[in-house]
Amino acid sequence: MSKDWSDRKIEDIVGIILRVGVTLSAAVVLLGGVIYLVGSARSHPDYRTFRGEPTDFTTFAGIVRSAFHLHGRGIIQLGLVLLIATPVMRVLFSIWGFAEERDHMYIVFTTIVLGVLLYSLLGSGSAF
Amino acid sequence: MNVLELTILLAIGSFTAGLLGSLTGLGGGVVLVPLLTIFFKVDIRYAIGASLVAVIATSSGAAAAYVKEGFSNIRIGMFLEIATTVGALCGAFLATVVPTKVLAIIFGAVLLYSAYLSRKPRTRQERNLPPDPLATKLKMNGSFPSEEGGMREYNVQKVPTGFGLMFGAGAISGLLGIGSGAVKVLAMDQAMKLPFKVSTTTSNFMIGVTAAASAGIYLARGYIDPSLAMPVVLGVLAGSMLGARILMKAETRILRVVFALVIVVLGVQMIYKGMTGTI
Repeated sequence: MSKDWSDRKIEDIVGIILRVGVTLSAAVVLLGGVIYLVGSARSHPDYRTFRGEPTDFTTFAGIVRSAFHLHGRGIIQLGLVLLIATPVMRVLFSIWGFAEERDHMYIVFTTIVLGVLLYSLLGSGSAF
Repeated sequence: MNVLELTILLAIGSFTAGLLGSLTGLGGGVVLVPLLTIFFKVDIRYAIGASLVAVIATSSGAAAAYVKEGFSNIRIGMFLEIATTVGALCGAFLATVVPTKVLAIIFGAVLLYSAYLSRKPRTRQERNLPPDPLATKLKMNGSFPSEEGGMREYNVQKVPTGFGLMFGAGAISGLLGIGSGAVKVLAMDQAMKLPFKVSTTTSNFMIGVTAAASAGIYLARGYIDPSLAMPVVLGVLAGSMLGARILMKAETRILRVVFALVIVVLGVQMIYKGMTGTI
């Protein structure tokens, strides 16, 4: 049945997206971690009291700017953003997959999920 | 303790949590927050932020392996993700207004429930249930490779109940920064009567998307600290990948009992600390 075949194709590509996303973001986080540790191994961090993070680490523009200045913490945060983006990419790709199958009902469902994700990332606290 | 020492200890602790979580099938995320708050004295909001990104990493890594085996049902996953992502948004907003003491108590309760669920004998799934009209309309019924060889068909039951419970699962995930596999099991195994392998792999598949829905809010609110999240994410990811690799050969029965006991102890501690306000 062609529909089963197409489902399997979608699953294969989803698997690749997830693997590449996780590997890439872990590598970026690791790189940032090494730079951070080399630069400030002897400082004393304090996570006991919650202060919230500076805008360098909470907005997309701030994170990118900080990462391009090769700040270790900025690069780590960029890696974490890539990690958060991985499931979003998966959902985005699924819309295309269901469109290939002409499954209108599931195109709608997947678009709703994507809308919620984008609202969280772009709309809610204006992270980006 | 300086940054280097702390980072190494955090990485070792997270590695152990990831390894045990994947060996026992209980997930490493559920012990991360107690580990960070009780042993490393991290503020629960930073702990929840770090745990949430670690959950995205492990679930995406595991799902990449599972989708290939053909157990997960992408339609059920996608439909239920509407409920879990909206739930996760609500949970993440709640997390910013609920006092940390209350968060600790809820966390403790979820830990105790997860431990209970892991010790409860799995009820045998009834097979050959009649097709449900709504599930059929939503094209959810499927088949998967069975142990006896060949494909086994299954019919999904009680979609609205499952959908409602998944909203709750998403809300708990967004509130506490965990995968909340315990509630997902309730929804998919008990209500929707999915075969065990289909429900575990599909729920794993959904956890990453659910967590991403609250991660945006956590990031914007400053809950995700890079230098804390770095050793936690990398440690948990490495631990759970190793766990998945040795899972086939390992005898996990005793390990499961021990890990469930650890979860109970952590749960009681979280509740105690929440009640005495020392979190």
